[in-house]
Amino acid sequence: MSANRRREVLKASATLATGAVVGPLIWVKQAAAQWRSEPEKGAKLRVLRWKRFVQGDEDQYMANVKKFTEMFGIEVRVDHEGWEDVRPKAAVAANTGAGPDIILSTNDDADLYPDKLVDVTDLCDYLGQKYGGWYPVCGQYLKHKGHWIGVPLGCAGNAIVYRESHVRAAGFSGFPKDLAGFMKLMKALKEHGTPPGFALGHASGDQAWSHWLVWAHGGKLVNEKNQVVIDSPETLKALEFARDLYPTFVPGTLSWLDPSNNKAFLDGQISATANGISIYYAAKNSTDPRLKEMAADIQHANFPVGPVGRPTEFNIFFNQMIYKHTKYPNASKEFLRFMMEEEQFSPWMQASIGYVCHPLKAYEANPIWTVDPKHTPYRDATKVMLPVGYAGEMGSASAACIADFIILDMVAEAASGSKTPKEAAERARKRAERYYKV
Amino acid sequence: MSAGALRRALDNRHLLGALFLIPAAAFLLLFLTYPLGLGVYLGFTDAKIGRAGAWIGLENFISIWDDEIVRLALFNTFFYTLVASVIKFALGLWLALLLNQRLPLKSVVRAVVLLPFIVPTALSAIAFWWIYDSQFSIVSWALMKLGVIDQYIEFLGEPWHARLATIAANIWRGVPFVAICLLAGLQTISPSYYEAASLDGASGWQQLRHVTLPLLAPITAVVMTFSVLFTFTDFQLIYVLTRGGPLNATHLMATLSFQRAIPGGYLGEGAAIATAMVPFLLGAIMFSYFGLQRRAWQQGGVDR
Repeated sequence: MSANRRREVLKASATLATGAVVGPLIWVKQAAAQWRSEPEKGAKLRVLRWKRFVQGDEDQYMANVKKFTEMFGIEVRVDHEGWEDVRPKAAVAANTGAGPDIILSTNDDADLYPDKLVDVTDLCDYLGQKYGGWYPVCGQYLKHKGHWIGVPLGCAGNAIVYRESHVRAAGFSGFPKDLAGFMKLMKALKEHGTPPGFALGHASGDQAWSHWLVWAHGGKLVNEKNQVVIDSPETLKALEFARDLYPTFVPGTLSWLDPSNNKAFLDGQISATANGISIYYAAKNSTDPRLKEMAADIQHANFPVGPVGRPTEFNIFFNQMIYKHTKYPNASKEFLRFMMEEEQFSPWMQASIGYVCHPLKAYEANPIWTVDPKHTPYRDATKVMLPVGYAGEMGSASAACIADFIILDMVAEAASGSKTPKEAAERARKRAERYYKV
Repeated sequence: MSAGALRRALDNRHLLGALFLIPAAAFLLLFLTYPLGLGVYLGFTDAKIGRAGAWIGLENFISIWDDEIVRLALFNTFFYTLVASVIKFALGLWLALLLNQRLPLKSVVRAVVLLPFIVPTALSAIAFWWIYDSQFSIVSWALMKLGVIDQYIEFLGEPWHARLATIAANIWRGVPFVAICLLAGLQTISPSYYEAASLDGASGWQQLRHVTLPLLAPITAVVMTFSVLFTFTDFQLIYVLTRGGPLNATHLMATLSFQRAIPGGYLGEGAAIATAMVPFLLGAIMFSYFGLQRRAWQQGGVDR
């Protein structure tokens, strides 16, 4: 199929998928031509996934699951757990060889136990070919020695969420695209009594912006050879930036956990923060007229680009892993294939207004990214993001460093002035070297 | 074995006793000794999530001793335990003495006092989260409205504030336990001692010092041992309120052990941090047992 033709079909089917359920039929036929799999007779699946951040996600996901059961006669039980609780459970499943057949987890989990996971190279190749290929970061997370050990689901896009009226009042017509402009705007926002706020507490998800800040200046925890290089002049620049930025924040950001910035933003106490599309989703779908009004004023922008000259966003990555202990590997693959196909994936993206950004290039054309211009900044989240443990390899050391908040603590220490940038960077180096053994 | 021999064997008190012990022993072995032993064993391995570890001896312990964050957590844990336990004892004793007086609706008041202890910790921690929230704190809000402060208090946003705030929450939760136990102890003290003391002209303070405290010592030892153990190993409160932040100022050994072992995946290191708590806990038990159960002092004499 030529690229042009495919794009047309995609467009057509996307329009169909938004309006009606007529679309899928065309696609199942086509899929059968390329994808052959015989789900085991009498298969039953257990899926464990992270609990939704936006209601539409769960509703549509379960609708898709129901459709799968009706179509294939395979019963699927889905359990939902808070995203931070999925990781230990997934690890226990890997360690004990018992538990759900499929787990949807986060970040580099698959790299911790690649031997316990079913090789899904055939499935990923099929999906990649059909939907224009996977974004590079997908392979970094889920390709192990040339084999796919999990099916990428995408990432929770992170962007700057801000109040348009406040930014205008501070004298800016749009959100700055570089760091100098960013700093100026933050200072202006503070002066106008509408300060920004970025999480500096142990917020497992919302620590993402601190990684962006370090990477934007060219600092990184490790280099390509997994050598710790965090104590660098680039990192110092980033930390000096953080130190100058911090006074513009609303008080209390050092204590902020994941929900704090959402609450503060929706209460009108901050004018800008870094978050997924969930703040906008909450405001838009609220029955409170005050929040409805705020939704109109909410704008999104991509993180400014630093001296490195490319976006350096960090987003929570979502994977889908089939465990080797499953009795039904084929049924499991069939399930993941089904959920990733346009007829299911597209409505799911729409129901969650793109909370999860697609991993497959063809889904860029999904109308959800353009139906509301406020969605658009989230469109390229998977495309441009950098992975955990950048620029080294993923594995137990990278997982340990992010769980130990090494980058976030470093930025928080320098920002709050409890350590000088140099001290903070040295301390981060020492902490990281314990895991990346020298 | 014939029926007769079995009967004779079962008549043996020692054998029968051992047989009756088996279920309880198996239970303890399976659910207490095994996990504890496994935890300690893991501390001596380099086990990670997804792969079994090899024995590496004391390497984990040497490594964590060199880690600034572990040292900070150790300091935090000691500070937390010491301050919280002392205040819990003082407040608990005071409350117990009050509750031991004639009060209207005595049983109702006693029941109410127990409330903080009954509420699940995670739930009370969430309540405290709202009290301490940097943007929505009810305390800050009230003080602002009263015009006492002009900016919200950073309960959890400044290292020392956060330490004290988490200690306050722990005290709130722990005082009822201490108070009710000490109250039970107070009620076992015969009133005749007080009568005798007052006939001898002892003041209220002297009665407390020379009658109440010595006679309360055995129960104090037990209560405070438990209280210290609970405080030293606290987890839920910190996990909900701060996750060990800000700047690791409230990380306790238990929360750090979890962070390293489960989200971080370094099971061996996490287990080593948890195991490192054991000597301190044993020390605390020894202190309260041998320190507070001095017979001579309890009987009004002087220790030799």
